[in-house]
Amino acid sequence: MAGFGWGLKRDLRLGMRSVAEILMVLGFFLIVTTLFPIGVGPDPRVLHRIGAGIIWVCATLACLLSLNRMFAADFADGSLEQMLFSSAPFGGIVAGKIVAHWVTTGLPLLLCTPLVGMQFGLSGAEIGVLLLSLALGTPVLSLIGAIMAALTLGLRGGGALLALLLLPLYVPVLVFGAGAVEAYAAGIGIEGHMSVLAAELILALVGAPLATAAAIRIAID
Amino acid sequence: MLFGPLDFTVDSGAALYVLGPNGCGKSTLLRSLAGLSEPIAAEVYWRGERARLNSVHWRSQVAYLGHKLGHKEELSVEENLELASALEGARSSASQCTAVMERVGLERRRKLAVKRLSQGQKQRLALARLCRSQRRLWLLDEPSAALDTNAKRVLTEILSEHLRSGGVAIVATHDLIDLAGARSANLQLA
Repeated sequence: MAGFGWGLKRDLRLGMRSVAEILMVLGFFLIVTTLFPIGVGPDPRVLHRIGAGIIWVCATLACLLSLNRMFAADFADGSLEQMLFSSAPFGGIVAGKIVAHWVTTGLPLLLCTPLVGMQFGLSGAEIGVLLLSLALGTPVLSLIGAIMAALTLGLRGGGALLALLLLPLYVPVLVFGAGAVEAYAAGIGIEGHMSVLAAELILALVGAPLATAAAIRIAID
Repeated sequence: MLFGPLDFTVDSGAALYVLGPNGCGKSTLLRSLAGLSEPIAAEVYWRGERARLNSVHWRSQVAYLGHKLGHKEELSVEENLELASALEGARSSASQCTAVMERVGLERRRKLAVKRLSQGQKQRLALARLCRSQRRLWLLDEPSAALDTNAKRVLTEILSEHLRSGGVAIVATHDLIDLAGARSANLQLA
């Protein structure tokens, strides 16, 4: 617990010092979601049909953009290797950093989603389903993203490589996340989709911090 | 392979200087000792037990100071010190922090973000971190590189105190640090 608290508080504090970075990713999300009604045309039926999927894809891309913030700076200035010498378990510190990442990435997205959802003409209930799916899914994006961000630490072409590695892994989250809203709109229950998302979250919570810690040790070697 | 077979023991209260030209492997040796790098074939023992990074017992004995000092540039001097102490699991009172910052001459800059410090000042912050550390084994990679005479004196004092209290230090360096009275040995690589 001590390591987790340390990692979480530290990264949140660092996030507050570079609020611009966080706002930029949020801005990206808002701008890109706004581009679609412009590009696709104002037909409300079309927008309603694609809305949830677009919001989900943009959330995924926004998460991807922000992942380098998790470890790259610490790796470059040497603070990451200092963490390996903590008396607290390294996995705990990593878990704290991942949660801090979600708080500065996924959570702001969640808060903006109702507004963006209205842009696409989603109903209140549909926005609710969308929010729930994002609440379950964006932590998974942060968790899986952490593993891949750690694996690509210090590699050239890191950004593109990260996207290439990560996007296929994000597909299951995307499918069930966006699919939940579609299922709701079609009148089918959402329990199935939410269950899968929850299962993915549990799996990621259990596996990601350890896998990430192992990947970091490899990168530092 | 960077260097051939090495075999050495460092006793409590003694320092080992690792000397050699640039590129001969001083940093690599220190990192291997710390457990950051996996050596091809090596065994490191601390107090008779195998030293591995995933053992809490080992890693909570090591204070490693590498070329990359490990400061967060956006945070202030005192925030960095507090974080480092907390990472070690030690509670640091405000007065202890102040005392150590005064010792390295950073007290007046305690609220300044590290990115505004000079290289020498950043190195002094690293010294402050060492000073606060309770750890028994110090692995220092060129700790005096950017230090001025005053700061070098502080480094010598801190190192001497550490050794006198029974700690061990392995220091990769270009210039020998004159530790009056303390036992030391030289390891010449290449």
